[in-house]
Amino acid sequence: MTNTRKGKCAKYFEVALYPVIATCLALLVGVIIMLVTGHNPVDAYLALFEGAFGSSVAIAETLSRSTPLFLTGLAVAFAFKCGLFNIGVEGQLHVGAMAAAVVGCYLTGLPAIAHIPLTLLAAAVVAGIWAGVPGYLKARFRTHEVINTIMMNHIAIALVSYLVVHVFRAPGVIPRTSTILPSAQLYRFIEFSRLNIGLFMAMIALYLIYYLLWKTNVGYEIRAVGHNDKAAECAGINVKRNIVMAMVISGMLGGLAGAERIMGLHLSFIQGFSPGYGFEGIAVALLGRNHPLGILFSAILFGALANGGFRMSMATAVPTDLATVIQAVVVFFVAAEQLAKLFIKRRKKGRLAE
Amino acid sequence: MNLIERIFDVTIVMVTIRMATPLIIAGIGGMFSERSGVINIALEGKMLFGAFSSVAISYYTGNPWLGAAGAILIGGLIGFLHAVVSIKFNANQVVSGVAINILAIGLTAFLLETFFHVSGTTPTVAKLPVWGGFSPIVYFVAVLVVFSHITLFYTPFGLRLIAAGEHPKALETAGVNVIKIRYLGVIISGCLAGLAGAQLSIGTMSLFVEGMTAGRGFIALAALIFGKWTPLGILGSCLLFGFTDALGMRLAGLGIGLPTQFIQMLPFVVTMIALVSFVGRARPPKAIGMSYQKE
Amino acid sequence: MEQILEMVNIVKTFPGVVANNKVSFEVRKREIHALVGENGAGKTTLMNILYGLYKPDGGDIIIAGEKTSIDSPIVAIEKGIGLVAQHFMLIEPLTVAENIILGLETRKNKIFTDMRKANQKVKELSELYGLEVDPTARIMDISVGVQQRVEILKILYREAQILILDEPTAVLTPQETKELYKVLFSLKEMGKSVVFITHKLNEVMDISDRVTVLRGGKAIGTVNTSETDATQLASMMVGREVLMRVKKEGKKLGEAVLELRKVSAVDSRKLPALKNVSLEIRAGEILGIAGVQGNGQTELVEVLTGLRKATSGEVMLKGDSIINKNSRSIRELRVAHIPEDRNKRGLILDYDVADNLILGPHYKPPFTYRGKRNLQNVWQNARNLIAEFDIRTPSYDTKAETLSGGNQQKIVVARELGGDISLLVVSQPTRGLDIGTIEFIHKRILELRDKGVAILLVSAELTEIMSLSDRIAVMYDGNIVGILQDEEAKEEQIGMMMTGISKVDALRGEESD
Repeated sequence: MTNTRKGKCAKYFEVALYPVIATCLALLVGVIIMLVTGHNPVDAYLALFEGAFGSSVAIAETLSRSTPLFLTGLAVAFAFKCGLFNIGVEGQLHVGAMAAAVVGCYLTGLPAIAHIPLTLLAAAVVAGIWAGVPGYLKARFRTHEVINTIMMNHIAIALVSYLVVHVFRAPGVIPRTSTILPSAQLYRFIEFSRLNIGLFMAMIALYLIYYLLWKTNVGYEIRAVGHNDKAAECAGINVKRNIVMAMVISGMLGGLAGAERIMGLHLSFIQGFSPGYGFEGIAVALLGRNHPLGILFSAILFGALANGGFRMSMATAVPTDLATVIQAVVVFFVAAEQLAKLFIKRRKKGRLAE
Repeated sequence: MNLIERIFDVTIVMVTIRMATPLIIAGIGGMFSERSGVINIALEGKMLFGAFSSVAISYYTGNPWLGAAGAILIGGLIGFLHAVVSIKFNANQVVSGVAINILAIGLTAFLLETFFHVSGTTPTVAKLPVWGGFSPIVYFVAVLVVFSHITLFYTPFGLRLIAAGEHPKALETAGVNVIKIRYLGVIISGCLAGLAGAQLSIGTMSLFVEGMTAGRGFIALAALIFGKWTPLGILGSCLLFGFTDALGMRLAGLGIGLPTQFIQMLPFVVTMIALVSFVGRARPPKAIGMSYQKE
Repeated sequence: MEQILEMVNIVKTFPGVVANNKVSFEVRKREIHALVGENGAGKTTLMNILYGLYKPDGGDIIIAGEKTSIDSPIVAIEKGIGLVAQHFMLIEPLTVAENIILGLETRKNKIFTDMRKANQKVKELSELYGLEVDPTARIMDISVGVQQRVEILKILYREAQILILDEPTAVLTPQETKELYKVLFSLKEMGKSVVFITHKLNEVMDISDRVTVLRGGKAIGTVNTSETDATQLASMMVGREVLMRVKKEGKKLGEAVLELRKVSAVDSRKLPALKNVSLEIRAGEILGIAGVQGNGQTELVEVLTGLRKATSGEVMLKGDSIINKNSRSIRELRVAHIPEDRNKRGLILDYDVADNLILGPHYKPPFTYRGKRNLQNVWQNARNLIAEFDIRTPSYDTKAETLSGGNQQKIVVARELGGDISLLVVSQPTRGLDIGTIEFIHKRILELRDKGVAILLVSAELTEIMSLSDRIAVMYDGNIVGILQDEEAKEEQIGMMMTGISKVDALRGEESD
């Protein structure tokens, strides 16, 4: 029927078109802001590009910055597919990171081949349970997951702050835990770069989530609940279980993102280590249209903006925060477009009604 | 006995009021938006914009009153932006709120470096005067609570605001422009959140620190929910949250250790419990989060 | 009589559909004008244009001899037009008076709402027109019938001269309908005009002075009610002679398939919705459930299909208890369910046709093996059902939301009837569909009956119930008022039972007439 290869390509092109336009528009807004504040946008963007992709080490560092974003973007997108807005990835990332720091530091006598998976597992489990709470509250009491995940972000950050200051603190000025054991550290495979095998873990996660969502029954049911929970319920799908499960899996992905930062980058839990990877994940997911392939590209884009931003600020005195501004503007544009689409849908429904 | 006297004195009352003030203003701002049907998780960002712009204006003009007015104006502008995206362009209200929060963090830090050539903290600027131990904004809060209570429950505008959040189509068929009511609700929320930010930066301190709202916008959101979307409820829950803050500081000052982190968690934990126990009783405006579009 | 409103050559298109095609329509002072047509004929669209909710693509509206453009309800209200929509436009937590004055509030000192004056005014209006309400009651606490009175008061408060009522009787008992008629007659006496939208012809004959028929977006004609009859109107509506009854084979009853014993349940507001309901359906029989919407039919269906918990009682399926089992295990026992609202419960509009056609048995072979989906089998299943049930779709991977209402319903029907089943629970199977599809679906349901399936049919259309059912159970206020055999069932009698009058009394009442 219509499912030809050519048709599919056209479909992908159509889907990808708007995110690309939104990104260009956001970069353009960046130009305007720089012009208004008296900066030279050409120099700034050149430096940014240079910093992000100018050398193999630069590329490696960009990918390193993108690694948690693959996972947090995926976490947001996965919950989205079940109709849930998980704003709590930042908190899940924090509790996961703390779990990884503790297991990585205090579980002794294991070879790396066992210690690394166990540490990752601990982070995923703790963060999964953490995200399961708002999932359960939604399923059981119908309280809004947006509010609960926001609340739990603050609780999580305060909790790990307590743990790092009062319980697991290593000597030193900055509150941090002791360095994790070498057997729990993720191998860095590029000289002069902190890029580590966590990247491959993220790639595997991207593929596994894709497979789960579209090739398995679990994915069929989760997406059914996301699109129309009433119809799913009527078809014998356990809506409540799917909501909790989607939140748990989403949280696990967030936890893994935190674990990678600890095990591959900082090698201990440092207070305030996250520049907002969890929130960036929301932008990544939206720009990537909640699809693993889209997330692959959008996470690299945001990783490049953040990484190149350092070079840009040093070379041209444009503050690195421009990257954050561009990110926000991208979200604006993507949000407005998604709703333009919803509007079309409503028009169609109006037509069917009469 | 002695200890209790040392904890509960006039000062703790004053600190409670001081801590609660920005929360009440932002919370009531959020109420105007959510009652009209627009979910407002952008209070945090709007407060941050208010905090920064009041300091910047006070710095350039030397007049903190202009700073406060500017914060209201800028807050209103951001509210307008939020309204355009989520009402006119029909954007998901949560997503647009997230965008405003990210924008606030990025743009205030960006402008801080561009204007003041420093990062982290601005130089000190002229702050609002102290009247009887409080900034003038504290007295404004008393007026605000009474004013918004009357507006919501005893004026035609209040009736229409509630209708817009409950059943926008019913309001439209009654001959009222829903879009206009929602715009007003979101812009008012921006103005008030901006003022709440000004209270943080030039009301209590006299400078701006990056990310200085530190989650207070979200606490205000929590107070809004805990206060069941009414001005008096918001007042009560903000005073409660303010008191826990004040108590925490006092206990820490006396060397009695409940770690501050647990005090910080309290409003959020309380709100989650409240949300669960509300089930079947108080409820949010029915049409909250849903965009409204004329055919 | 003086003509006060004229709509000339109104055109309104929605993407892919012409909802109004050069429709002309006029209303006179002091008349009740019925606007009839099947679902989808364009009645509601036309009235939404008149009320300023839709913008017409062409045509003129002339009020009191002046060409007028109505681009919002504000203008419509100014011109003396009021609308009672099918779905009530009332705000639940507000009071009756607050709802009535909304948008045109009584004020004191120009700033504050004057509720005392509002309550007084509502009271006066309600006495003047005989529409009894308590101005201070909250909408959430009053019955649907009273809510409709509030809607009518709302437009009278705005001094409307032309009142449009969109399917006002759908939610009323026959008794409440009679009361509504009285109110409408008295409004007419006071010089108002009423536009009464309906697709029930007996109502047209009961109440209207003139009637305009719409079909497929076009106005077929306007006639004086006194000069026509239901049969003529029906053929105008449908465009051909209508078979009022479907041909039915004699029944071959088998064993009891479904048995309910004293089943009770509560609705979503925790109020009793089913009260000790007992009934039995045997293989090869259709049991119709008649009743005004909201008398427990929805809850009954939900309890049977595992979507709602019963608070007490017993449900037996072929001797096994299925009460409070989840819907998947009930489906496992070969129970099929066509839900009442296909968009809400029947379909996932964002899924393609093939994925919608497996919803239900999607988790087991041949569609899923050990958790992994077998898409070849999913597509093959779709090809088969699309052909068998004549679903008009460009392809099996077309999104369900792009199909017409009739084809969407065919997806649900194909999915539920396609397998091997012993009990079918079907609710409003033909709501909003064209005649052709209705006949198709009725034929399918009867085929299943003849194959020995037990069928529970819930429908708001009494004609549908009467033409398909072997026995008819009438529900009122969560009770089964009585069960009638097909042969003894008469519309009047069912109508009386729908108000809660018992079977014996209903029969007696008929004899004394």
